[in-house]
Amino acid sequence: MIRLTNVEKTYDNGTRALQGISFEIADGDFVFLVGPSGSGKSTIIKLLTGEIIPTGGRVMINGFSMSRITDEQIPYMRRTVGVIFQDFRLIAKKTVYDNLALAMRAVGATNREIRGRIPYVLELVGLAGMEKRYPDELSGGEQQRVAIARALVNNPDTIVADEPTGNLDPNRSLEIMTLLERINALGTTVVVVTHEKGLVNHFDKRVIMIEEGKVVGDGMGTYEVKE
Amino acid sequence: MKHNFQYFFKEGVSNMFSHGFMSFAAIGITVACLLIMGTFSLVAYNANENLADLQRENAILAFVDENLDDNAVKGLQQELECVENVSECTFISREEAKKDYLEQYDDNDLYSNLDDDVFRHRYVIHMTDPGQMLATKELVEGVDGIAWVRADEAISNGFVTVRNIASVVSIALIAILLIISVFIISNTIKLTTFDRREEIAIMKMVGATDGFIRWPFVYEGLMLGICGAVIAFFLQWLLYSAITSGIANSDTLQLLRVVPFDGIWVPVAVIFLIVGILVGVGGSLTAIRKFLRV
Ligand SMILES: Nc1ncnc2c1ncn2[C@@H]1O[C@H](COP(=O)(O)OP(=O)(O)OP(=O)(O)O)[C@@H](O)[C@H]1O
Ligand SMILES: [Mg+2]
Repeated sequence: MIRLTNVEKTYDNGTRALQGISFEIADGDFVFLVGPSGSGKSTIIKLLTGEIIPTGGRVMINGFSMSRITDEQIPYMRRTVGVIFQDFRLIAKKTVYDNLALAMRAVGATNREIRGRIPYVLELVGLAGMEKRYPDELSGGEQQRVAIARALVNNPDTIVADEPTGNLDPNRSLEIMTLLERINALGTTVVVVTHEKGLVNHFDKRVIMIEEGKVVGDGMGTYEVKE
Repeated sequence: MKHNFQYFFKEGVSNMFSHGFMSFAAIGITVACLLIMGTFSLVAYNANENLADLQRENAILAFVDENLDDNAVKGLQQELECVENVSECTFISREEAKKDYLEQYDDNDLYSNLDDDVFRHRYVIHMTDPGQMLATKELVEGVDGIAWVRADEAISNGFVTVRNIASVVSIALIAILLIISVFIISNTIKLTTFDRREEIAIMKMVGATDGFIRWPFVYEGLMLGICGAVIAFFLQWLLYSAITSGIANSDTLQLLRVVPFDGIWVPVAVIFLIVGILVGVGGSLTAIRKFLRV
């Protein structure tokens, strides 16, 4: 479960990116995080991945309190959250298999576990048999599927995605979003930041709207939420 | 989480090969450091050994006054034994002295007709602390009935000087070279961490501990250090053997006793390995210390 209570984040240069954000995301939810550029969406994602810590308020992620977490605990908190970026962040000189294996090995998986798990996850994201390909031998949509597979490979409770379809054409975007919906249906909590109104309206999901570091709307189904 | 040695080691070695030239430079500088350190230490060690030999043989000769009668001469024994720092005192009569002398030059008839009178009664005095030779010499000179005293210090002083210079130079060089080695190894590893920054970012993102990320770099440093130590050891062996045979074949230096490498290779190998490991691990830790701050 994710719970933000009056969360403030002021960057070192004085920018007040978040000014009292509160919301709660239950296990198994699918949530769109929307809002204009610079409103603080990525800042929220960075809080959820432990990349930054809040300057005020409380952030609880899957049982970890981010204002009290120690450096030693942060890796274990991160294992509960899979992350997906707009630019995929695959390692160009590693095959699909090795990209996924890196993520598994990093948390102590054995070669045997890795060999057993990767084909299953690739199958889940629709890339069965693509193990030996390099990222530059895949389309953008396929690369993003590899990134999703990597986020899933350690079986996290939550997946957070910061504009995962930002680099893809509308058809690919719809496929990726549908894939995330399917992953959510299998029990993983999903939080997706997006600009694409059409996509948000296509899926009948909860939408949290952020403006100038505040929550200005939280409801089902539509991008346009009145204040 | 258990220590995945196989993985860390493999990663570390492949890091090493990914920067062939820098790794080569890092190993080279470690070899140079160890070789210089080893050579100076071995010179100091050998000077010390020769010094010890010399001091063991080095006795003070106290020549007895010609005018004393036999009883008085015998009586000196007790008096000399009471002198500070004297551990042993042996009387040698002029006849015995002549015999010893002739034995030393046994294939030379030139001296055989020397008269006994050329030689004097003497006491051979060994010291508890040969380093205090000068002070002891003065005390012995003060004993009544001793005409004059001979103590050879020149050679022993020579060895002391060699040993001291070798020690000081090696300590200074070791300090400088160790710092350079650590610096070069550290930079080699920084290059690898730079190459691998994407991978490291991803490993952190999925929840790798700092320890897990650190280990391959520690093994990389360790391997650089160990390679340096092994190469340096064999080069040291060659160099030492060359110097040893050079000394043995030289007319002027063959009096020096050089400890054979067989007798000292174990401590040399152990010290090289320890220094190599420390330099390697030290280099990798300085390289990744800052790097792991998120
Ligand atoms: N590292 C940082 N240091 C200082 N200010 C920052 C930093 N990151 C973001 N900001 C500022 O914080 C505010 C919120 O940024 P954030 O990246 O969260 O916006 P966003 O909603 O993700 O925007 P976009 O839709 O364009 O990605 C902006 O004013 C931004 O300039
Ligand atoms: Mg953003």
